[in-house]
Amino acid sequence: MKALRWHGKHDIRCDNVADPIIEHPRDAIIKMSACAICGSDLHLFDGFMPGMKSGDIMGHEFMGEVVEVGAENKALKKGDRVVVPFTITCGECDQCKRGNFSVCERTNRNKDAADKMFGHTTAGLFGYSHLTGGYPGGQAEYVRVPFADSTHVKVPDELTDEQVLFLGDIFPTGWQAAVQCDIEPTDTVAIWGAGPVGQMTIRSALLLGAKQVICIDRVPERLAMARAGGAITIDFENESVVERLNELTQGKGPEKCIDAVGMESHATRSIDAMYDRVKQAVMLETDRPHVLREMIYVCRPGGVLSIPGVYGGLIDKIPFGASLNKGLTWRMGQTHVKRWTDDLLRRIREGQIDPSFVITHTASLEDGPGLYKTFREKQDGCIKVVLKPGAPS
Amino acid sequence: MSDVAERSRAVPRGPTPARMARGLGWFSLALGAAELLMPRQVARACGMRVDPALVRWYGVREIASGIGILTARDPRPWLWARTAGDVLDMATLATATRPHADGTRTGVALLNVAAVTAADVWCATQYRPEARQPQRDYSARSGLPDAPERLRGAARKDFRMPRDMRIPAALRPWRDGKPVQSDE
Repeated sequence: MKALRWHGKHDIRCDNVADPIIEHPRDAIIKMSACAICGSDLHLFDGFMPGMKSGDIMGHEFMGEVVEVGAENKALKKGDRVVVPFTITCGECDQCKRGNFSVCERTNRNKDAADKMFGHTTAGLFGYSHLTGGYPGGQAEYVRVPFADSTHVKVPDELTDEQVLFLGDIFPTGWQAAVQCDIEPTDTVAIWGAGPVGQMTIRSALLLGAKQVICIDRVPERLAMARAGGAITIDFENESVVERLNELTQGKGPEKCIDAVGMESHATRSIDAMYDRVKQAVMLETDRPHVLREMIYVCRPGGVLSIPGVYGGLIDKIPFGASLNKGLTWRMGQTHVKRWTDDLLRRIREGQIDPSFVITHTASLEDGPGLYKTFREKQDGCIKVVLKPGAPS
Repeated sequence: MSDVAERSRAVPRGPTPARMARGLGWFSLALGAAELLMPRQVARACGMRVDPALVRWYGVREIASGIGILTARDPRPWLWARTAGDVLDMATLATATRPHADGTRTGVALLNVAAVTAADVWCATQYRPEARQPQRDYSARSGLPDAPERLRGAARKDFRMPRDMRIPAALRPWRDGKPVQSDE
C-alpha cells in the first residue's frame, strides 16, 4: 500500500509499504476513504517532537471502511463506516471509565518511555512518535486500529466524509477547548490561532454562548474565515494584541483565553519570541511559548486559560508569578475525543454546524508531501488539507 | 499532479526584502553577541588590535539594530541604522594602521563589511511594508446554517456541562452579590 512516511525533518515521502495485518483480536483494519494533515503533524514535520524514527507512517485524522476485524472485536463488522479518534482508548481502564480518554493507561505500548518522559504514561496515539506507542498513522491506504472495539466512531451514510472526518480530532479538540473554559453568556473568549483548531474553537465558543469571541492571527485568509464564524479578529502583525483586547473588554481583559497555537508560535516583533528562537536553535528550549505568556498577561484576574495547542517538552520564562497573583485557572490536555463525539455527531446531523467549511485543499495521497510544505508555509490560502487515498494524483 | 498540488507549487519562493531583513536582523544579533562576548577574538579575526571595550560597544550597537529590525513593524529605519554602523565599521577598519593591524585580514574584513552594507542598502530601499493580500476569499465560510449572531448560545439549550469542566463558583460571574448559576 501507499503511505506518507517521515524520513526526517521536512522530509515526508509517499512510499510503498507492506499492508497492515491484524495483530490482536481486538484490532480492525480500515481502508481509508479520507485523511487529513493536522497542525500538530507539522510539529513532527519540523522535527520538534522527540521519539520519531525514519520510516514512521504519519497521520492521526482519518476515516474509512472496516475491511477486517479481529476475533474478539464484537463492536465492529466488515463494511462499517468509521471515523477513528486520534487517541487510542481501551475503554476499560480507570481513566477511560472516567472519560479521560486521552490519558488511557493501557494503550501506549511504549509505556516505559512515556513514564520516563512525562512521569506517567498517556494514551497511545496514531502516527505521533514512539513516545505515544509508535503506532503507524492513517495517512495511508490502510491502517491497523488497535483496541478498535473501543477506538472508533460509527458514522451514518447520509453524511459525507468531509462532514464527519474532523470528529476524529480537530472538531472535538476545538469543542473541548471551549467547554473547559466553562463559558458564561457574559464572557469574552480570546482565541490565539485561526488554524483549523482555532476555527473549530471559534464556532464552539459561539455556540456555547460567549458574548464576544476574539481571534488573533496574522494570515488574511484565516482571519476572514474567523470573521465568517462570528469572531472579531486581531491581526497581530498590524495591531497591538494587548491594546486591542483591552479596548474590547473595557480595559479588564478577556475572561477566557484559548491557546490554539501551541509549541511553534510565530510571533514577530517581540523580544520574547526572538529569545525563544535563539534558545530553540541551541537546543536549550523545545517549545516557543509566546502565546502562553501573552495569555497570562492579558487574561482577566480569576480567568481561565485553556490550552488545546500541543506542547512537547520544555518551555522557559513563563510569568508564573502573574498567573498566581491573578488566580488564573489552567485547563489543558490532549482531547478526550470519545467523550464528545456522540454529541458533536448529533449536532452535525441536525445541521447546527458543518465542519467541512474548513477544508481548503483536497488532493491525493501522492500529493501529500508537497501539501505538507504548502500547509506549513500557509501558502495558497491553505488552512486544511484532506487527502483521498486512491484519488487520481 | 492534481490542480491543488500544481497551484501550491506555483507559489513563488526565494529571497524577498522581508526575508532578507529578517536574515540581517538575526545576523546582527549573532555578530553583536560575538563582539560582546569575544571582543579580542573578533578584533583578531579582523586583523586588528583595538581596545576590547570599543568592540563591545559595537556589539551592543549590532544587537540593538538586530532587535530593532526583528521587532519593528517597519524595519527600514533600523536597516539604515545598520548601514550607518557598517560605515563606522569600515572607517574603523580603514584607519587601522601597522604595526597594530594585519593588512590582509583587515582587507578581507573590509570586503565582508562592504558586501553586508550592499545587502543592507538593497533591503532598506526595496522593503515595502505592504499588508499580505489574501490569495483566496473565505469570508463566506462560516460552517453555520445561519448568521453567527443568531446562533450565539444555540448549543447551551441541550449541552450538559460535565462537572469536571466547571470552574469554581467563586470564579464564575456574579450578579447581585451571588454567583450566577446558569445552566445548573
